[in-house]
Amino acid sequence: MSGDHSDIVKRLSTVSGLLLIVLVVVMLVGISIGSSGSGVTSLWHIITDPDHADPMLLTIIWKLRLPRVLLAALVGAALSLGGLVFQALLRNPLAEPYILGISGGSAIGAILGILLGLSQFPGITLTSFAGSLTTLLLIIGISAGQSILQKNALLLSGVMVNAFCSAVIMFLVSMTHDARLHNIIFWLMGDLSMGSLQHTGILAMALIPCFVIIFWFSNTMNLMLMGKEMALSMGVNIKRATVILLVTTSLMVSACVSQCGLIGLVGLVIPHLFRLMLGSDHRILFPACVLGGGAYMVACDLLARAIPQHGEMPAGVITALIGAPLFIYLLKRSGR
Amino acid sequence: MKHAITLENIQYSYGRALVLRDITFSVTPGDFFIVIGPNGSGKTTLMKLIAGIAQPDTGMLEILDRPIHSYSRKILARQIAFVPQSVPIDFPFSVKEVVLMGRSPYQGVLGLETKEDIKKMQQAITFTSMTHLADRKMNQLSGGECQRAFIARAICQEPSVLLLDEPTASLDLSHQIRIMDLMEKLKAEKQITIVMVSHDVNLAAMYGNRLLLLDKGRIAEIGPPREVLTYQNLERSYGCTLLVDKNPLGDVPRVTLVPGKFVPK
Repeated sequence: MSGDHSDIVKRLSTVSGLLLIVLVVVMLVGISIGSSGSGVTSLWHIITDPDHADPMLLTIIWKLRLPRVLLAALVGAALSLGGLVFQALLRNPLAEPYILGISGGSAIGAILGILLGLSQFPGITLTSFAGSLTTLLLIIGISAGQSILQKNALLLSGVMVNAFCSAVIMFLVSMTHDARLHNIIFWLMGDLSMGSLQHTGILAMALIPCFVIIFWFSNTMNLMLMGKEMALSMGVNIKRATVILLVTTSLMVSACVSQCGLIGLVGLVIPHLFRLMLGSDHRILFPACVLGGGAYMVACDLLARAIPQHGEMPAGVITALIGAPLFIYLLKRSGR
Repeated sequence: MKHAITLENIQYSYGRALVLRDITFSVTPGDFFIVIGPNGSGKTTLMKLIAGIAQPDTGMLEILDRPIHSYSRKILARQIAFVPQSVPIDFPFSVKEVVLMGRSPYQGVLGLETKEDIKKMQQAITFTSMTHLADRKMNQLSGGECQRAFIARAICQEPSVLLLDEPTASLDLSHQIRIMDLMEKLKAEKQITIVMVSHDVNLAAMYGNRLLLLDKGRIAEIGPPREVLTYQNLERSYGCTLLVDKNPLGDVPRVTLVPGKFVPK
């Protein structure tokens, strides 16, 4: 069989192989660098000779840095895929969960969950999922009246929904006065530092089935990019694919938001970068976004930890600093 | 196979507006069948119904003597290919990738292509004289080249019937003729039945063996060009003065628009 399908399988495995190497390297660097010093060589000592390693450093690496790096990779992968799916479904290269306000809706759900004192999983994940689905339906409802093809209608309704969500979030924050306040604010800015191995494991169990579903529909997304009419005439069940993909993606985004807060524009940068490098075939873009998006997020988090002299900044600051200028550039170019 | 397409008493409404009514006709295998008519007469809707993209309110629609709803989407896609009027090209697929998509009705959900699929893709590209553009991105092509790539995709789908909605609209003269000649070649060499909407009655006269004149959602006339393209029929449907004479190229009518200054008061 695989000999028959040589071309696409070959491209798929080349891209996956190369990016896997990049991801592993970035993750190793991410694990070896931190505020308590140490470098790549000491990490090597710990791996090769764990009995003689500094127990303090060992704890930092296993309990703090490894879960954090794994969490960053997972979240980066999921957010990149989220952007990829929204861009394909809405046929708009500027669509992204954060820009469309879906992350914001998800955050409202999560904050309500926190205020209600729910547990991280499944409580907050579910309220966050409800929030993202509501905003998604809202955006589609607003822009569908003026045809979803109208790019500006979609982006504008996204901007407004986003503004409204931010207002609600600030409202909820101002009404909160106890210890939960600091948690909410830091979490809002996109924080990866709270992950434990257990949390990351639970998140992985929620995300990986979503990844599989999206890969399953990767070729369908290719066909759907040729427009509704042509896709239907090639035998695609558009309604079913759209519903499954939107629900899966919202679930994925809200799982990430409930875990790490608002990390914006990853889903814009990564799919755009790989579309430039690899073309538009979503069967190839899927592994590229998963592995490349993971590596990008780990690297952004690394910068967020390394740049400040004291303490650290939320990773969302870095992704927004890179993503927002790119968005403006793309918007300007698409207007031509 | 008696009929490629059969419609009986088809009615279709969009909201409260009745777009098509009392539509009854059939297309014989091997026809070059062209639908003409004024704007808003329901031509595009008719194509969508035959392509299975929209469903009629009432009436019977058969493809290759089988009710259209008895087909699954994929199986229908192996019989009918459709080239819509406008196709978005926001995402930069290459010509090869687009043409290969025509194989998807024969593939699994991931669309993994076999050597056979690649061969058919290359044949379709050669057939449409796109070989030199095969690796280009769609958004780097001219309108006529894009249209040819979409037709190559439809050929790759290996249908019995090819539907096209105004494939020559907004193309310059040489591309219009290339597309129409390509259709004729498809019909002759691959025995594909062609059903096309055209806004150009002269192209319709020169290429179609049967024409359907649609007016306000009803069939005004149907038959060979000589019977359909009389000035009485056309003036009644289009509501303007026209000159119809014999085309010097052959035994088909030629339609000329008559500007207001030439119309006798």
